[in-house]
Amino acid sequence: MPKGAASNLLFHDSDWNFETLSRTYDAIETIALDELQLDVYPNQLEIISSEQMLDAYSSVGMPLMYQHWSFGKRFVFEEHLYRKGRRGLAYELVINSNPCITYLMEENTMAMQALVTAHAAFGHNHFFKNNYLFQQWTDASAILSYMEFAKKYIAKCEERYGTSEVEVILDSAHALMDQGVFRYRRPPRLSSEKERERARERLEYEEQTYSDLWRTLPPSPDGHNSKEAERDASERKKALNLPEENLLYFLEKTSLILEPWQRELLRIVRVIAQYFYPQRQTKVMNEGCATFVHYTIMNRLFDQGRISEGSMLEMLHSHSNVVFQPSFDDPRFPGINPYALGFAMMQDIQRVCTDPTPEDRDWFPEIAGSGKWRETLIDAWANHRDESFILQYLSPALIRKFRLFLLTDEAGDNYCEVASIHNERGYETIRTALARSYDVAANQSDIQVVDVDLLGDRHLRLQHNVKNGILLDEASRDATLRHVRHLWGYDVSLAGVDAETDDVLYECSTAPTSE
Amino acid sequence: MPNFIDRRLNPKDKSLGNRRRFLKRAREELKRTIKEQIKAGKIADVDAEHRVPMPERGVGEPSFQPSPSSGERQYVLPGNQEFTPGDRLPKPSARGGGSGKGAGTGESEDDFQFVLSRDEVLDLFFEDLELPDMVKLNLKESVAFKPRRAGFATSGSPTNINVGRTMRNSYGRRIALRRPSRADVAAVADEIAKLEAESNASGAHQKRIEALREELDKLERRRRRIAYVDPVDIRFNRFEPQPLPNASAVMFCLMDVSASMGEREKDLAKRFFVLLHLFLKRRYKRIDIVFIRHTDEAGEVDENTFFYSKQSGGTVVSTAIEEMLRIIEERYPAREWNIYAAQASDGENSAGDSDLCVSLLHRQVMRLCQYYAYVEIIDERETEIFGTTDNGTSLWRAYRTVDSEWSNFQMTRIARPSDIYPVFRKLFARQPTMQLRTERR
Repeated sequence: MPKGAASNLLFHDSDWNFETLSRTYDAIETIALDELQLDVYPNQLEIISSEQMLDAYSSVGMPLMYQHWSFGKRFVFEEHLYRKGRRGLAYELVINSNPCITYLMEENTMAMQALVTAHAAFGHNHFFKNNYLFQQWTDASAILSYMEFAKKYIAKCEERYGTSEVEVILDSAHALMDQGVFRYRRPPRLSSEKERERARERLEYEEQTYSDLWRTLPPSPDGHNSKEAERDASERKKALNLPEENLLYFLEKTSLILEPWQRELLRIVRVIAQYFYPQRQTKVMNEGCATFVHYTIMNRLFDQGRISEGSMLEMLHSHSNVVFQPSFDDPRFPGINPYALGFAMMQDIQRVCTDPTPEDRDWFPEIAGSGKWRETLIDAWANHRDESFILQYLSPALIRKFRLFLLTDEAGDNYCEVASIHNERGYETIRTALARSYDVAANQSDIQVVDVDLLGDRHLRLQHNVKNGILLDEASRDATLRHVRHLWGYDVSLAGVDAETDDVLYECSTAPTSE
Repeated sequence: MPNFIDRRLNPKDKSLGNRRRFLKRAREELKRTIKEQIKAGKIADVDAEHRVPMPERGVGEPSFQPSPSSGERQYVLPGNQEFTPGDRLPKPSARGGGSGKGAGTGESEDDFQFVLSRDEVLDLFFEDLELPDMVKLNLKESVAFKPRRAGFATSGSPTNINVGRTMRNSYGRRIALRRPSRADVAAVADEIAKLEAESNASGAHQKRIEALREELDKLERRRRRIAYVDPVDIRFNRFEPQPLPNASAVMFCLMDVSASMGEREKDLAKRFFVLLHLFLKRRYKRIDIVFIRHTDEAGEVDENTFFYSKQSGGTVVSTAIEEMLRIIEERYPAREWNIYAAQASDGENSAGDSDLCVSLLHRQVMRLCQYYAYVEIIDERETEIFGTTDNGTSLWRAYRTVDSEWSNFQMTRIARPSDIYPVFRKLFARQPTMQLRTERR
């Protein structure tokens, strides 16, 4: 330490100004980049007031957002909770963009600002920049200008076609937002050249094998007919690239009744849904990474004598609030706290790397005792999502610490059964079950477009692949289906098919005759 | 060093547009809520913020959601104390409350209320009264101000420039700074021209021209430097908003509460009273409301009793008017109070009493009152029969004579909310004279 401890402090009291913010930022940056070897987008820190934070909340955390009544509803709701003191506001909000924008609340004390800077501007920022999901699916440098475009475009549409016209399209699109993402990489399409070649070949073949005799055959028996129909169906499915899991994409590209501007609205909603999809899959990791980073950096700064004891205690206080995990029978229990689980797992990885027990050596032979906790963490942050991360790194020690247990719940029974607890036999099952509960794609209802005959009745057929017998809530299902019909313009039906047995469990349609 | 941006001074209320859209969407339901609150609340309460519950219809956001009552699920939960595999736990409720995500956001969204601002409330209240826009504006405006001249100012809008003052300042400044006038410049220029015309080639002559040229140049530079009208000269007329003289008013609500006045009639009457109250509130600093109900005898009551209790008995309207006169005598001398009266009735009156009412009105009441409004609440079917004719109940026929004689008397039949406003039309049109009266005091 070059100077005396007293003069080495980054800040002395709880009030902040831009000078202390900037000095603290520099100190944090040094540790983050040099010691933790984080790799971040350039940072842009913006100071906002609580009202602006409420505004940002209601527009799903984006600094720019088009106007829609549902955001007004959310605003009214958030504001109510805030005014009643039922819910505090976040200390910060961070946006996956390049430069990475972090909002800091003006009410924060200087200690909080330091904590939040480390948490968001380095923890989250590193995660956004390096995690494979974000790299694959989001374009951080383009999102802000895209949102600006979207906002202007929708405002222009409202001007030209009327607010209510735009609103009905957005309402329908919002209803399908969960079904508006690509979950998996799509197979490369045949190039149009190849496709044309193939069509030509087929035509030639048909011409060569044409025989007028076939026309004179008496009507074929049913079996033959249905085979024919099946072939037709598979042909047209191929032409439309069905089945298709992204309903919004399908409607945007295929719907026969939409105007070009309406398609563009669907596209905007779809792009936003896709942009947020990685965040939903990495909640635990993202928060765990950020919390681990702020905890490590703050401790380091304290060790260097650059933060006073009082400030450190304040930070630890809010840190422990954030990672608090109430038990399942606690009235405050909201589910597993992603901050708590994520932070505990990151710390656990550090422990396994530096100070492993024999059990850890059994479970994690590659990393136990290697001492390379930084590298291990940076690798995990880059290459996992919540599901795979938990499957890979949740240790028995942690299962014991959280006292996790597995409960199975069958709808028909009036009881739940404890399936596994934190013992030798239960570790594997608990880990697998917990990992699966973070698999967004598996937990969301899997609904796909399976068939439509564009030349015939244009009846759009959707299929719900029912897993574990979990059906859809009927009222909202029918309402959502009406939205699909609104965008499609013709009748729509949805069939629930059991994923394992292929039994049709239910069928519903917007056509008046079938019900 | 990162990029810090202070956004605190950015415009707030980014969500205002979204909020407006949301309210528009839920308009019907909010309107009903407000109507009910007005029905149940006090007349004076309309003019304030209102809390309303979250509307249910029209603002749903459906999506494909798994149904909680089907299928098999697995939950991993923290905090096991005593369970071993195979233990069975009873489910707490039908909705699967024992699950990890059981008591999430769903239930709290139902029972919460949010605040509508005063303007939003009035908008909803006015909607089916079909008020002209100007009147709406008039009612929403909190206090009436009138701009009054108050000296001069150095800043203001261009339309308010006081030319006289400005030019006076400019002139004074030009004198003080000795700005050469155009005549001065012209004189020098003339002299140069004259000397040049003489074509005298002597050295002194040339020198003289030279000196004059220099002089001219200096004068012109001076003119350029010292502006004719400088920003410091400009003066604006200054106006100060002066609140219009306010005074106190008393509003008498008279209503027949005999059995023939049902729920619908009372509701319409209430809206009529509310509107009158709103209007008076704009004009007067202090308003007292006196409720007088009558059957065959009249009495002063509180608001709750006025609207919600029923009495049996006949109908003698003159008792209410007499009661009103008595209260005016006792508490509201006409010299100090602006007296407004609003009477609502279904038009029934006992035989012969209508004439008594008319003579009371003629002889005393109309002299004391700023304004007397009578509304007769009729059935919607009756509008077609009675719509515009002079026929009708005895009270209606009798009041026609008052109407023709006194300009501050208004009477109308109303069957639906949109009929209420015409009663006030005259009241709004008569503002100038009312002001006279208040200023005189």
